[in-house]
Amino acid sequence: MERVVAYSLILSGVLFSMGVLGVMIRRHPLVMFMCIELMLNAANLAFVAFARHVGEVSGQIYALIVMAVAAAEVAVGLAIIVAVYRHRMDVDIDDVSSLRG
Amino acid sequence: MNALELWVFVPIGVLAVIGAAGLVAARNPIHSALFLLLNLLSLAAIFLILWSPLMAALQIIVYAGAIMVLFIFVILFFVRPRQVHTMSYSLPLMYALGALLAVSVLGVVLFALYQGGLFNPALPAAAQVEAATSISSPSTLGRGLFSRYLLPFELTSVLLLVAMLGAVVMTRGEPGDGSSREDSAEEAD
Amino acid sequence: MQYIHLAILWPLIGLLVNGLFGRHLPRKLVGFVGCFSVFLSFMVSLYAFVMYLGSQTLGLFGEYEYYILPWIEVADLKINYGFLVDPLSLLMALTVSLVSFLVHVYSLGYMADDDGYSRFFAYLNLFVAMMLTLVLANNLVLMFIGWEGVGLSSYLLIGFWYRRKAAADAGMKAFVVNRLGDFAFLIGIFLTFWFLHNMRFTALRAELSGPTEYGPYLFTAIALFLFVGAIGKSAQFPLHVWLPDAMEGPTPVSALIHAATMVTAGVYMVCRLNFLFTWSSFALLVIAFLGGFTAIFAASIALVQNDIKRVLAYSTISQLGYMFLAAGLGAFWIAIFHLFTHAFFKSLLFLSAGSVIHGVRGEQDMRKMGGLARYMPQTYWNFLIGAMAISGIPLLAGFFSKDAILFAAFQAKPELIPSAGTILWIVGIATALLTAFYMFRQVYMVFLTPPRFEESELRPHEVSWVMLVPLWLLSIGSVFGGYLALPALFRLPNLLGPFLQRTLALGTEKSAEELHRASDLLREGLLMGVSVVLVLAGVGLAYYLYRVRWGVTKRLKRMFATPYRLLVNKYYVDELYDAAVVTPGRTFAAAVDEVVDRGVVDGLVNLVAFVVGAFGQLLRPLQTGFVRNYAWYVGSGAVALVIILWLVRG
Repeated sequence: MERVVAYSLILSGVLFSMGVLGVMIRRHPLVMFMCIELMLNAANLAFVAFARHVGEVSGQIYALIVMAVAAAEVAVGLAIIVAVYRHRMDVDIDDVSSLRG
Repeated sequence: MNALELWVFVPIGVLAVIGAAGLVAARNPIHSALFLLLNLLSLAAIFLILWSPLMAALQIIVYAGAIMVLFIFVILFFVRPRQVHTMSYSLPLMYALGALLAVSVLGVVLFALYQGGLFNPALPAAAQVEAATSISSPSTLGRGLFSRYLLPFELTSVLLLVAMLGAVVMTRGEPGDGSSREDSAEEAD
Repeated sequence: MQYIHLAILWPLIGLLVNGLFGRHLPRKLVGFVGCFSVFLSFMVSLYAFVMYLGSQTLGLFGEYEYYILPWIEVADLKINYGFLVDPLSLLMALTVSLVSFLVHVYSLGYMADDDGYSRFFAYLNLFVAMMLTLVLANNLVLMFIGWEGVGLSSYLLIGFWYRRKAAADAGMKAFVVNRLGDFAFLIGIFLTFWFLHNMRFTALRAELSGPTEYGPYLFTAIALFLFVGAIGKSAQFPLHVWLPDAMEGPTPVSALIHAATMVTAGVYMVCRLNFLFTWSSFALLVIAFLGGFTAIFAASIALVQNDIKRVLAYSTISQLGYMFLAAGLGAFWIAIFHLFTHAFFKSLLFLSAGSVIHGVRGEQDMRKMGGLARYMPQTYWNFLIGAMAISGIPLLAGFFSKDAILFAAFQAKPELIPSAGTILWIVGIATALLTAFYMFRQVYMVFLTPPRFEESELRPHEVSWVMLVPLWLLSIGSVFGGYLALPALFRLPNLLGPFLQRTLALGTEKSAEELHRASDLLREGLLMGVSVVLVLAGVGLAYYLYRVRWGVTKRLKRMFATPYRLLVNKYYVDELYDAAVVTPGRTFAAAVDEVVDRGVVDGLVNLVAFVVGAFGQLLRPLQTGFVRNYAWYVGSGAVALVIILWLVRG
């Protein structure tokens, strides 16, 4: 395996873990959301790296579709966050816990 | 060729990690957003190195351009400065659990890569030059997108449409309450 | 002939329109839809009847059988939505649709001020559709659909004023008692299918026209099971108890369902399956004797009833007994003949009684009536015609049909008990005497005795023309209906007998011509004379007791206190049922409720709920409501899965 591909995959894993960490420890919904974006990007990086490794374009297409899905997710997610903001005037994700059992 | 690539790759990778770390660590959401932007741009550069110029361009246009602008808008409009400081880190237990999860994810990924022969040069890559010209060309990508991946592509467009409608519906004010948007915008300031 | 099912379709359309949209339609439109759909059905029946007669004159006699839709096809069980057009079903369809139409028109006036106007017409249309299904079906199963359908609409209409507890209870009683009969009927159907492998009447008849591999016991069993169904539906002893209570329904309903049509379904069924019943002379004798017993039993109860509708209800039971008497002696066409005339004069009587009730604002107790002939002359005349017809005053419809029955009884010499015919003749003629007496008792009590109400307060009045026109039309039928089958004595053609005998000729019964051999003419005339004398005696007794010696009945009641109490309490049959069935049933149900339902069933359900609830309590802390916790579960789950996969696959 080429060096640059290997490093890309490692980088991808590191970024993904950092995204997980961010989602776990941050309370701000927007920051959590951005961390999710970071995770998606890490996955994309892996896809593109594998595309190069295999010499085939499929990986890039996966990445492209992930990107589109991410865009849709951001639209909906931000809409939800905006609705919650407007409704509660409140931003702490841990206060949005009406699902508590 | 390889060495040059690595010389370029390593600093950019470091930048990407710095961006991610800043995103997680910054207290102010706007700083987080800017760090994420740094990360996204570095990834775009890495895509270039990985022979994917079109993906690099799309990364800048879609992520850095559209999505991040959306984030920053929302932060500017809805986050009151006072709250920027009140929100910080979570409970210590959650902190530990989060770190544990992150580390185990990283461990699993790295172990998987190691098992898969990460630094095994015997794992041959495709013939270099032809592959480079082939996969880095947008026309190849376009052909793949409109032949073999036509259905997912179209489904994606439907998904985007639905998401757009959903976003419109959810952010619309209460029916007959035309002033709600302005009200909340004022309060957000 | 392949359009006869349209006669069923129109009332169904009426049911849909009135049932779904009736509440939002103007009352006039509701009434129009209700009546017109039945009128169309009558026209279809009439057209089919005329066309059938026409084809007969061309020598094209036959039965027309067709189906519109396949229904059940399992192994060798093939049942279609099929219809059979033959003289019997045509005559029934014609009678049913004609009487139904007249009753519908009458209801326009009778129910005019009722809140449930559209509901009433929807139910009535449902009834007509189901009754026509019953008579036109070409197989037992479809007939059973109609059978249950008329039972359902009967239940709905008895309890039409469901806010009155008595009405709701009566509906329930009718339903439950009918279930008993229907259960036996179903068993009869199953047995028929099990042994004869067919449900179609024509196929069954073909199968039974020759020798079969089964002995008479099987046919006795089948016939008796089927007959128990007929007992329930046609309110014969001992399942007659629901019919008098059914008088809680609106009077047009009593006239149509509980006098003219539905209760005759049992007679129709026995006649339709005559080829099966004739295989068992024992079952036929049972039918004849039970019919005869019911006839005199119900007539005796009717002697002392004071409710204007209950008298007629017991009279209906009694007349149905006559029909079964005739059918049981193998005179199937005479049973149908009596059914036909009875449909006219009994619905006439009921509708006239309805007019009386309408005229005196809901009063049903004859002891509080009297002298109404002056206030409602047209109703009086109609009621009188009906009473004369049912009593058997010569030259009216009931005279001919009843005499045909009595003559058939006198002639009959069943193999098992040769004297049965004579016994039943005596029973029948005694019933005729009683019938004449209680009918004219009613005429006098309601119309001709001194008034027993505050005239200024009640102000009885004649009813509107929309109610009178159907009465007059039914009167015409009650007067002339009998001329369709004149006895041979009159030297005029008997139209109905040979017509019906095309389908009902099989069996022990002699053909109409044979029945009326010249040598029998003298005997027939004598018998007719005897019955006329007895009928006139009954009328005269009523005249003497309720007109000449008005008030003497009080003394008679004291003199015959014990038999009187027995009759007023209807031989204590209801009390017997209460003691033997209802009370033990209630006690048992209460015990089951306490032990099985609340103990075992509820206990099991509660146990399941408790287990689920306990697990919920156990797992509840996991549902923190914090998004991050959920995310953590997801992430950890993913990592755990990967690790497990590695471990498993090495």
